[in-house]
Amino acid sequence: MNDQISRSQFWRLTAIGTIGFFAFWYLARVLHFAPPQFLPMPHEVLAKLIDLLYNPFAGYVLGDHMLASLQRFGMGFGLAALVGIPLGLAMGWFRLLDDIVTPLFDGLRFIAPVAWVPFAALWFGTGIGGPTLIIFAGAFPPCLINAYRGARNVDVRFLEAASMLGVGNFRTITEVLFPAAVPSIIAGLRIGAGLGWMSLVGAELIVASSGMGNLIVRAQSAIATDTVMAGMIAIGVVGVVIDVLIRRLERWLLKHRNA
Amino acid sequence: MATIQFSDVTRVFRRDGKDFLILDGINLTVQDQEFVAIVGPSGCGKTTCMRMAAGLEFPSTGSVKVNNVVVTEPGPDRAVVFQQFALFPWKSVHENIDFGLRSKGLGKHEREKLIAHYIDLMNLKGYESAYPHQLSGGMQQRVAIARAYALNPHVLLMDEPFGALDAQTRVVMQEELVKLARKNPRTVLFITHAVEEAVYLADRVVIMTSRPGKIKEILDVKSVRESEDWDQHSKIEDVMDLESFVHLRTRIWKSLREEHAGTDH
Repeated sequence: MNDQISRSQFWRLTAIGTIGFFAFWYLARVLHFAPPQFLPMPHEVLAKLIDLLYNPFAGYVLGDHMLASLQRFGMGFGLAALVGIPLGLAMGWFRLLDDIVTPLFDGLRFIAPVAWVPFAALWFGTGIGGPTLIIFAGAFPPCLINAYRGARNVDVRFLEAASMLGVGNFRTITEVLFPAAVPSIIAGLRIGAGLGWMSLVGAELIVASSGMGNLIVRAQSAIATDTVMAGMIAIGVVGVVIDVLIRRLERWLLKHRNA
Repeated sequence: MATIQFSDVTRVFRRDGKDFLILDGINLTVQDQEFVAIVGPSGCGKTTCMRMAAGLEFPSTGSVKVNNVVVTEPGPDRAVVFQQFALFPWKSVHENIDFGLRSKGLGKHEREKLIAHYIDLMNLKGYESAYPHQLSGGMQQRVAIARAYALNPHVLLMDEPFGALDAQTRVVMQEELVKLARKNPRTVLFITHAVEEAVYLADRVVIMTSRPGKIKEILDVKSVRESEDWDQHSKIEDVMDLESFVHLRTRIWKSLREEHAGTDH
């Protein structure tokens, strides 16, 4: 916590921000800045959110939409981590691999994940394969870049100690580079998870027949703005939960380190 | 037989497009099972000498040979004890010692026996599953020494291994290293800037000039130690009180002081 702000001050400021936000929201409606169908009231959104948990919308209840999204997210993000982290570490260790992959990768990573939608749909369909590719496109670059940077920034003392001990390439990567790069890798996973989760909703807006993105786009065509907003909130909350889980993973991986 | 042989070694560093000669005409042979300490003013290239024997750096001209083979890369036949210990913080004491052993193709049983032996020898019993950050500096360096010795290397290279320790811990470690070195004689190249440490530990002390580092003189400590029977004293302060010790120490001090005076111009 910041030195200059005490804990009670922090909570007071948080409360001011939150209350101010909702006050502004209500005021916008009370003063007729926006018609009801354009801007639902906060309590209406909350009621809708609870309602969606029990009553199906677009064929599924909220939990099932979320599950469908999470499944795709898990596939795409898992694949990105599974390929990106080892590849990034190996690129940090083998100069040749670095030279082969980096130029290509630097060109590809600036393409927005959603730009892959047409090809994702053509190649892998609109069920789980297509969205998985789009999430992968979003989550892969930070996973790879951070593993690579983590590997390149390993304290040279550890590398010298490993080579002096006669440790080969594979074990140097798995037992020296990887643990040394964990903080950087976790930062990459957090960014990757965020980008992947955002890309997913974008992908589902276009291709899928279930999931949170699909729920939002269907609600939009029905001008059910309260449902749209409830969906947005659910996406935000689950995003935060994913981030918290990754930070837990970090704490677990670093439990033996010096603070 | 394990010898370290520096033949006409020079080392040039390039920085900002300019060449800096840091080592010039080093000729030195460390004999089998001999303990040689190199002392010199900071920046004289003594650490570079050690790193060239380790295969972490290479001479610009001349050659460095270990067992008559030119050093081309680091390897477990030349174990290094670094000043900053360089233990792996994510590995326990046991895992740190085991890490190098696992590369040697030894069976599990054999490795466990070796680890237990060196943990015992370095007074680390009970700390097998501790992580480096849970240990004091002295304990950490014991682990690093155990890790190096367990490899059963031809030569041991130590780069100011006690430089990061406090004075009391340092004394204890010096006494233990003497015991270890007399019990398990190895070919050792020991870098230090502490004169007393060099005289106490080494068979021969190499004094280097300030940059560019050259060998100024080599003192035979072993013959004095044996004729004056230093090893009958188990405590370092008793040895340091002996006239023969003081004499050698003062001689090296004077020699080094000339070098410091030389750099003041």
